Amino acid sequence: MKKTIITVVGKDTVGIIAKVCTYLAENKINILDISQTIVQGYFNMMMIVDTAESTKSHGDMADELEKLGEGIGVIIKCQKEEIFDMMHRV
Amino acid sequence: MINISEVVETNNMIEKENLDVRTITLGISLLDCIDSDLNALNDKIYKKIYEAAKDLVKTGEEISGEFGIPIVNKRISVTPIALIGAAACKTIEDFASIAKTLDKVAHEVGVNFIGGYSALVSKGMTPADELLIRSIPLALSTTERVCSSVNLGSTKTGINMDAVRLMGQMIKQTAEYTKEDDSLGCAKLVVFCNAPDDNPFMAGAFHGVTEADKIINVGVSGPGVVKTALEKVRGESFEVLCETIKKTAFKVTRVGQLVAKEASRMLNVPFGIVDLSLAPTPAIGDSVADILCEIGLEYAGAPGTTAALALLNDQVKKGGVMASSYVGGLSGAFIPVSEDQGMIDAVVAGALTIEKLEAMTCVCSVGLDMIAIPGDTSESTISGIIADEMAIGMVNQKTTAVRVIPVIGKGVGEKVEFGGLLGYAPVMPVNPFSCEAFVSRTGRIPAPIHSFKN
Repeated sequence: MKKTIITVVGKDTVGIIAKVCTYLAENKINILDISQTIVQGYFNMMMIVDTAESTKSHGDMADELEKLGEGIGVIIKCQKEEIFDMMHRV
Repeated sequence: MINISEVVETNNMIEKENLDVRTITLGISLLDCIDSDLNALNDKIYKKIYEAAKDLVKTGEEISGEFGIPIVNKRISVTPIALIGAAACKTIEDFASIAKTLDKVAHEVGVNFIGGYSALVSKGMTPADELLIRSIPLALSTTERVCSSVNLGSTKTGINMDAVRLMGQMIKQTAEYTKEDDSLGCAKLVVFCNAPDDNPFMAGAFHGVTEADKIINVGVSGPGVVKTALEKVRGESFEVLCETIKKTAFKVTRVGQLVAKEASRMLNVPFGIVDLSLAPTPAIGDSVADILCEIGLEYAGAPGTTAALALLNDQVKKGGVMASSYVGGLSGAFIPVSEDQGMIDAVVAGALTIEKLEAMTCVCSVGLDMIAIPGDTSESTISGIIADEMAIGMVNQKTTAVRVIPVIGKGVGEKVEFGGLLGYAPVMPVNPFSCEAFVSRTGRIPAPIHSFKN
């Protein structure tokens, strides 16, 4: 399993999750967990996904999701899980 | 599993508080390039560095993309050139030709600095060491990315005062040779006492002779992250203050450890060390002086500054040590003047003097760093400043350094622009009284009594 954390930050609008999920499904990326919250008035969503079966490289996926985000007015970031694990787990 | 608040915390550190990996530095041994023919030597040096470092920048960018963390600099350090060039170089121009080779390969592989135009002369100078030192002004004025350092003393050997005197002259000459650019050459030249072999930071990085053929060293940063964390504990006790710094330093260093391991894997080069450092940049909020203010000082330099810095430095190390499997010899807080907006403000406000900075260097890593002084400061005064700083390092068994810039044609209060990460600095006043007779004495200062530990 190769876990990646996808975060979506921006103004809430219809169809954010749908569009991101469609992209992930098309690229054989499995969603393991979704959570969302409102931080300082902004929509914050985090997805933990498994990219083991993905047809795309991390760089391509990050670029394409970033573009997708620009289309709906939100910022989408993809980061490998290790950075969060290293920082928050001893 | 990781939760959303942890993800938001990490991303806030990166996006709002300037958390970054300051540098991935690839150390490369040039010992196997040694040749008595200068052309062959230059050729071998170029090839070895190019082969080792051709993927460094690309790899750095890839790691940066994977984890969403900026990696600001990718750099190279090499074996001190005084050793490498000793057999081939008979003139200062010969040595400077090696600097040109280093500069060329640095441009070719896309790194912004290459360190190791260095000599280690803490006890004595070989003819090659002296020749390299005398070639520094020429080398730094005819190259762009080469950095030079000279180790002038250590706790075990004492201080080589002949070399201290010579470096006073060379710093002044480097300033003259680069006066069109506000004496920028001196920003790429640093002298040390107790120089560590695995320093990833410029201008002092070199690949020590005790190191492996190639090694990855990483320097982390994050003064803004510490400052933001401390904003939440205003007015709390020292215990709370120290715990907060420690926890934050741990988190920051973990990122460095991750990046170092990943770079080591991708480049197939062993992981050396993570240097746990708070290294400021001129960006607003990326300042060590601001942390000191947050601890409770009106400006850096106010009474209490040395104590606050001692506390900060110690807690950064305590937090970072557990976060990394190997920790570098230079770890702590850096206090360069020109690279730190809070320090610049303190100088302009009249709160911070060279003497106070000298006191601060007793309790933090490195030393008098990126300080612009009047262009008419004499060579012997510069040597005196160096000798003082070397003595602090020698007696306290720590690394100290001096990187001062005598800005030719400028006086106290005038502003000097170095550009980019080097920032800008107001020219600071220097004590006007002479130490000429002191630095004119020849020989060396013996090692202190506590160095005899056998």
